[in-house]
Order: sequence, then C-alpha cells, then structure tokens
Amino acid sequence: MSLLHIAIVLPFIAAVFIPFLFKGFRNIHTGWFVLLVPLALFIYFIQYLPVTSGGQTVSKTFEWIPSLGINFNAHVDGLGLLFALLITGIGSLVVLYSIYYLAKEKEALHNFYVYLLMFMGAMLGVVLSDNLIVLYMFWEFTSISSFLLIGYWYDKERSRYGAQKSMLITVFGGLSMLGGIVLLYIMSGTFSIQELISMSGSLMQDPMFIPAMLLILLGAFTKSAQFPFHVWLPDAMEAPTPVSAYLHSATMVKAGIYLVARMSPVFAESGIWLWLVAGFGLFTLFWGSFNAVKQTDLKGILAFSTISQLGLIMSLLGLGAAALHFDQLDENIYMGATIAAVFHLINHATFKGSLFMVAGIVDHETGTRDIRNLGGLVNLMPITFTIALIGTFSMAGLPPFNGFLSKEMFLLATLEILEFNLFSMDTWGILFPVIAWIASVFTFIYSIMLLFKTFLGKLQLDKLPKKPHEAPIGMLISPIVLGALVIVFGFFPNLLSNSMIKPAVEAILPSLVDSGQEVYVNIYFWHGFTPELFMTIGIVLFGTLLYATLGKWQGIYNRIPEQFTINGVYDRGLEKGESGSFKLTEGIMTGYMRTYLLYIFGFFVAILLSTLVVRDAFSIDTSNLAEIRIYEVILAVVMIASAITILFAKSRLTSIIALGAVGYSVALFFVFFRAPDLALTQLVIETVSVALFLLCFYHLPEISRKEERMGFRFGNAVISILVGITITLIAISAYSNSSVFESISQYHIDNVYKLAAGGNMVNVILVDFRGFDTLFEICVLGVAALGIYAMVHFRGVRRQKG
Amino acid sequence: MEILMSIVVGVLFTSAVYLILSKSLLRVIIGTALLSHGAHLLLLTMSGLKTGDAPVLLDGVTSYTDPLPQALVLTAIVISFGVTAFFLVLAYRAYQELGTDNMEEMKGNESND
Amino acid sequence: MKKPNDVILQTVTTVISFIIILFSINLFFAGHYTPGGGFIGGLMTAAALVLLLLAYDVKTLNTILPFDYRMMTAAGLLIAVLTGAGALLFNQPFLTHAYDYFNLPLLGETSLHTAVLFDIGVYLVVIGVTMTIIQTIGESE
Repeated sequence: MSLLHIAIVLPFIAAVFIPFLFKGFRNIHTGWFVLLVPLALFIYFIQYLPVTSGGQTVSKTFEWIPSLGINFNAHVDGLGLLFALLITGIGSLVVLYSIYYLAKEKEALHNFYVYLLMFMGAMLGVVLSDNLIVLYMFWEFTSISSFLLIGYWYDKERSRYGAQKSMLITVFGGLSMLGGIVLLYIMSGTFSIQELISMSGSLMQDPMFIPAMLLILLGAFTKSAQFPFHVWLPDAMEAPTPVSAYLHSATMVKAGIYLVARMSPVFAESGIWLWLVAGFGLFTLFWGSFNAVKQTDLKGILAFSTISQLGLIMSLLGLGAAALHFDQLDENIYMGATIAAVFHLINHATFKGSLFMVAGIVDHETGTRDIRNLGGLVNLMPITFTIALIGTFSMAGLPPFNGFLSKEMFLLATLEILEFNLFSMDTWGILFPVIAWIASVFTFIYSIMLLFKTFLGKLQLDKLPKKPHEAPIGMLISPIVLGALVIVFGFFPNLLSNSMIKPAVEAILPSLVDSGQEVYVNIYFWHGFTPELFMTIGIVLFGTLLYATLGKWQGIYNRIPEQFTINGVYDRGLEKGESGSFKLTEGIMTGYMRTYLLYIFGFFVAILLSTLVVRDAFSIDTSNLAEIRIYEVILAVVMIASAITILFAKSRLTSIIALGAVGYSVALFFVFFRAPDLALTQLVIETVSVALFLLCFYHLPEISRKEERMGFRFGNAVISILVGITITLIAISAYSNSSVFESISQYHIDNVYKLAAGGNMVNVILVDFRGFDTLFEICVLGVAALGIYAMVHFRGVRRQKG
Repeated sequence: MEILMSIVVGVLFTSAVYLILSKSLLRVIIGTALLSHGAHLLLLTMSGLKTGDAPVLLDGVTSYTDPLPQALVLTAIVISFGVTAFFLVLAYRAYQELGTDNMEEMKGNESND
Repeated sequence: MKKPNDVILQTVTTVISFIIILFSINLFFAGHYTPGGGFIGGLMTAAALVLLLLAYDVKTLNTILPFDYRMMTAAGLLIAVLTGAGALLFNQPFLTHAYDYFNLPLLGETSLHTAVLFDIGVYLVVIGVTMTIIQTIGESE
C-alpha cells in the first residue's frame, strides 16, 4: 500500500474520527478539523502536476482479490489528476463555506461531515483507480453518500423524496455499468482500463462491443444527469447548499463525464459512440437551458443550468471522438472539441460553484430562494452581487470571463463537425450548431434572469422572512476565490493549457499521442471576426430581446401536461411498482403454512420430474435385484396399510398406533436388510417416541377432545401423489444408476480394522471416520432438548407484555 | 426387492405429504415422522439391498452390505427423534397459548404479531 | 389425578428396567466390534428410565435417580469435544482417535480406544436429551 493509496482512503479514515471530534470539542466547529483533509490532499496532489504535464503517469498496485483479477491499482494521469485537484480544491472551499453555512449549535454536523468525507474518498477512488471493479465500488459509494447528503434534513418530505429519486436512478445506472464492465471482462479478460485501451482495436469486432458500450453509457448518463435521467438533479437540490455546490455541480455529476472521457479510447472509434454521446449531450444542453428559464427557485435554475452545462461537456466529448478518424495531429481541428470539453469542465466548476454559494448566501441572509420575492439586493449585498455578476456572465458566455472562451470553442467545434464526412455527419450534422445556438440563447436568458431578478429591480422587504444584510466574511471567502479564478482563467487561460488541459486531453485521446506528436493547446481571446463570434453576438441580441419579452411567451411552459413529463412518468412508475409488488407479495405470502408447503412440494415435483425427463435419467436395472421373500411382502403390505390408516383414522390414538406400526415395520425391514444397529436403534426410538406421544396426550386432555376425520382435499391429494411418484422414480433410477461413480464405502470396509481397530463398521464410521457428523448431531440433540426445556419453562414473558 | 421398496417408500411419502398439508398441527407432526421413515428406507434402498452380510467384521466373510448409508440413517433416526419431540412440544405450547391446533386459525400476519 | 392401579406394571418394571440398563451397558461397550454403541446404548438406558417413569411418576423417578439430565447432556458434549480436542495436543487433526493394546489385570489383553471416550460422550448426551424431553413434558402441568 503506497502513499497514493493512503491518500485515496484518507477521507474514509478521517471520517471515523469525526463523531468523536464532534462530541469532544463542542465549541469548535467540526468543519475546521475536516478542512485539513482536503487541504492536505490538494497539496499532495499538486506535486503530481509536473509529472503528468511531462507526459508521465504514476501507477501503484495494491493486491486486493488477485484471484479474480481485482486489484486496487491507483493510476494518476492527466485526466485523473485534473479531477483529483477539482475534488480536493473545490472540496476545501466547500468545507470552509459550510463552516459558516451550517450552525454548529443546531445541525448534526457529525453526520454531515462523515457523509462528506465518505463522498470525497469515494470520488477520489473513482477518478484514480485503474481497475473497473474498484472504480465501480467507489462509484456506488458516491451514490450512497449523495443519497445520505440529499436526505441530510431527513425530516423534510421533499428531502426524502429527492434522496430516494437520486438513489434509484443513479444506482440503476451503476448496476447497468457493472453489466457493461462484466461484458468488457468477458471480451478482454481484464478489468484494467489501461490494458483495455491497449486492446481497443480488437474489441471493436466483438459482438458484445455495442451492448457493453450502451450499458456503460447508461451508467455515465444517469450519473451525469443526461436527458431523460436528469430528473433526479433538480430534486437533489434539497440538500444543504454546500452539498449542491460540491456534489451536484462540481464533482459527483461529473463522474459520468469522467467515465465517458476515460472510456473514450476504448469505445470512441465507433460511430454509435459519437452520435450517442454528442446527441444526448446536445439535447440535454437544450432541454436543461430551456427548462431553467421557467424555474423560480434560485437553486432550481442552477440545477437545470448544471444539467445543461453537463450536456454541453458531454456533447463536446462526443464530437472530440471525430478526431480519432484522422491520424494527423497538426490541423486536426476536431481535437478542439476535446480541449474545449476539458477547459469547460474546469470553468464550469469555478463559476457554477461560486453561483451555488451565492444562492446559499442569499438563502441564508434573506430566508428565501424564490426569485419572485427577491430583488434589489445589490445595495445590501454588494460583494455577493459582484461575485454573482462574474459567475452569471461567465455562464452566459460573455467576455472577458473564462466561460466566454470555452463557449466560443464549443460553438467552433459544432461548426467544424459540419465538415466531418463519416457516420452521415455531413447531412445531419447541421443540427449541432443550430441546437447549440438555441440552447445558448436560453442559457443567456436564465443567466441574466438569475442576476437581475435577485439583485436588481425593486426590493420587496415585506416578502422576505429575514432582514437581509451582507454575509459574514468567512462565508464570502470561498465564492470570492472561485470568482477570482473565473477572471484569472479568463485572462490567462494558458495558465492551464500545458499544466492541466494538455495532459488530460492526452489521456482522453492517447492513440493520437502515441506517434510521438504532442497536443498543442493555446487558448486566446481574439480570433478575428469568425462565425462563432457572430453567433455569440446573435445570442446576446436575441437573448436580450427574449428576456425583455419574457412575460409574453412564458405561457408555452404550461402547455406540457403533467402526466407526459418525465417526472410524471417516474412518479407513476414508482407508485405502480410499489403497489404492484405489494399486491404480488400479498398474493404469494398468504400466511398459511399450507400454501408455503404447497410451493415447496410443487417445485420439488416440477424440478425433479422435469430433470428426470429432460436428462432422460429414468432407468430400471432389474439384473441385480435382491430376492423377495414372502414375509417381506407381508411386511410391506402391513406398512402400506398402516400408512394409509393414518390418513383415514378418526381418533388421534389410532393414528399414533398406526404410526408406531409403521415404525416397527421399518425396524423389521432393517433386520431383513442386514442392518442390526439400525434395527436396534429404530426399535428403541419407536418405543420412546410412542411413549412421548402418549405422554403428551396424557398431559393434554383437552387437545384430544375435539377430534374429527381429516377432510378430503383434491389439490393436496394430487400434490402428495405426485411427490410419492417422484420419490419412487428417483429411488429406482438412483439404484439402477449406482455404477455411475465409485462408492467411497469400500474404503470404510477395507480400513475399519486397519485404521480404527474396530469390528462394527457402522459404529466406527459414526465415532471415528465421520466423528464430526456425530459431534454436530449430538449438538443438535442438545439444542433440541434445551429448546423444549425453554419452551415449557420460560413462559409468560409474552403474557406480561400483552 | 428394491422396486418393491421404492413403491413402499413412495406410498409413505404420499401419506406423509398429505398429512403435512392438512390443517391439524398434530397430523403435521405425524406426517413429518412418517416422512422421516420414508427417507430412511429411501437411503437404504438407493444403495442396493442385501448385497452381503451385516457390516460387522467376521472371519470368512468377504462381502458386506454398504455400511455408509446405515451410518447416515442411524444419525438421521436420532435426529428425527429430536425434531419430532421438538415439534410435539411446540404444538403443545402453541395450543396452550393460542387455544387452537388448527393451522388456518394460526395464520398470524395481522393483529397478533 | 386419580391414582391408577398398576401394581403389576410397577413390580415388573423394577426388575426389567435394571435388566435393560445392564443390557444397554453391554451394548454400549460391545459397540466397537458388534452391533451397539453410544446411540443404541444411550437410547436403551433412556428407554428403561422412561419405563420407570411411566410405571411410577416423575417425582418418584427423581427421588430414585436424582440426576440433572441437562447437566448430563452438557457433560456428554464436553467429553466428546475434549476427546476430539485431545488430538490437537499431539499435533493431529481434531477428532483423530488413537488406540493401543494393554495387559490389564483380570481382563487380560485389551485394546483401549479413545473412540470409546467419544462414545461415552454420545451415550451421555443421548440419555440426557431423551430424559430432559420426557421429564420436561411430564413436569409441564
């Protein structure tokens, strides 16, 4: 286990101590202790930057289940490191913010920080493990911690609903991803991503290639809230705002993006991949931005905006796959899409993180997040307003912020795809720039709406639950840092070019780098009067126009009937699923033991008989049969007669005597079958059993009073006769096939004197050869006796309660 | 002989299952006892009957019946005795507590846990 | 409970049950070479005791043979486990048995066997369990 592994599991280890710290230091906010973890990790991971920017990777192996090929291989490359820095960097800021957001007196901080650290460790595990099974394990951990964090205020009904929704959708995706991983393993025989990449060419020919790709994409799409699985994200906003900023905008929802980027080298040469990733991403971009405009909750707007931005990154990754169809790196224009994806990933984390924190501040200081009640806060909260201005303008794609740069690159990528002549891109590709442009217009509208409706306009003090004022400085530090980054990355984008973006792009498209060429990343503001600049100008003009006339066309949002929305489908599906499974269990689990026994015997007959038929296993071997004596026939008849007598006996005494008759006949049969030990045991046991039965009746006069003949039930009779026939057939077949394998009995016969110095084989087997069986048997007997003793002697506990 | 015994075993199982499916708790217990008788005979029958002398070492005897099924059955007999006794007391206590030995009336998924 | 008149049963039982017990002990020790052993011996002894119990009643039996049958079960289990564990002292797997031949006074050359110790455990457990069950039901009124 190397330092790298320890770094990944450090948050888990730290989480163990949180409850003690919370209990032990009540007057220090637990967050201060927690803050040390992401800070230390951030500094630790920074040290890897020179390594990855030099094109190197670091791999450390820790054997976990080597027999199954499952090893905890930590692998640091450009892509993984970028995410690790995002997780720990944003994580530090979010923890700092949460210290001021969550009051230490009122909140269950020990729960909160345990979940948060659990998430942090899980997320690091996802992005830094090379083994797919380990990745899957951490992946599900993120789903679970997200569930716990959304449901953090579990006394609120909406929180529970949102938590369950996110859990169901992301775990469903995770499960199908596991299916995809298993398929990949069947194809390649390895769980290692690096090995999969090296054999990607041969995998494409496999018929399982497409199903595996679809399953893994399903996992990525559910996690990254792509249409139509995006419905869980808006409901996840019930989580405390630091969580929304951290999990549901900056990191966890990007796990799907990470997975797509990570698996690109394996799958991306396929045209289906390009269309699916780019297509779903693009539609999600449009749908998210379109729906964001109708939201009235600040966090609701941000949630849909996150969905839309995730779609943007996703579609860029899809478009970037086009680059794989050209060997030349120079002039490979499609490379730009992947660069834009990575760049926008960073930008989105900065501006969206700061905007979420702003929303949290507004909520915290005014008591509401409803934009219909907000307005005019600019004079009261100037610093918050400035941060919000930077964030929203960057989100809208306006210069001079970093969002402008990546948005331009995105528009350029959609235009360039028009020249791509594979997979019928040249005909349908025109949709890309058109939808991208429309979606960008809506993005512009909701960004402006977010800023103006909150901070400008008329102040409505009477509608605010609290008297608003500027937030404390501690709460402002984190958004200020993020806002500053927005500007810094806007003016000096090449700070990131070689240190982070280039290594990450090389990790996404390794086949292009193999030929010794280098990815050249240079991002700059002014490209001249290019088409994408005109598109941006168009976006601003149309966006302003539509924002000004918002009231006139907002009615279209009410046109979609409730039951046709995806949320409606989800809710009804859940309801039907619940009531349906309840009905099913009600139907099967009747509470009558008879029903359950019928199932057991029914399956017994069905499975054994069908196996006998399918396997053609029934056979009769009459060559070696033992001879029948007349007294044996008589005994058999007596036994059958007694067994049937029990069925028709009216008195219980009769049935017990008939049972005894059967038992003694069995003992006699043991004599005929040369089993003296059995005969003796059976005789004594039968005597004691009958005594036991009689004793029970002697002491239970009332139980024998109401006696009646057993009623006839046709169903029971059929089942019992079938069981009898099955047993007979199996007995005959088993006897006739006894030469199928060598019996181990001969060993016992040969060695009974040699090894155990005994003469009675049965007893030697019991006490020596198979002494363990006997030991456990007498244990069982002891337990039965104790059970009986307890049942009779320790009564009355229930009565006292009732 | 083996075929005759197979049929006897079949009949024992038939009666046993029919008893187990009945309503009366006592009949269920008798059914399980009968079922274990059938199972013991089944085990012996499957290994072949009377293939030699009793499995006790004697000079001059070369073929013995299979001792292993006998050892298994011996264990099974004693265990089934323990189980039968346990059932019996369970039924008796259930009758005392619930006032019935009818399985249908014992259905306990509502009101009384 | 009215006193049933079973003089004959009681008289016969007193004699018979001791014969049965003696026979059962014989069965137990013979078990290694001829039919018998811990299970059969134990059950036979228990059967004799049950006979006594049926002829008299629980109280009488308790005065004649004041054993705690649950303790007997526990003791039997302990003996069986310890016999098995004894093999561990000689660096052998659990439940490995050993035997040797000894020249004992009066009995002559005899083979002594650790398996017999294990069987004593079985014997005690079987008596203990059977009697616990019967006694519990008998007392339960």
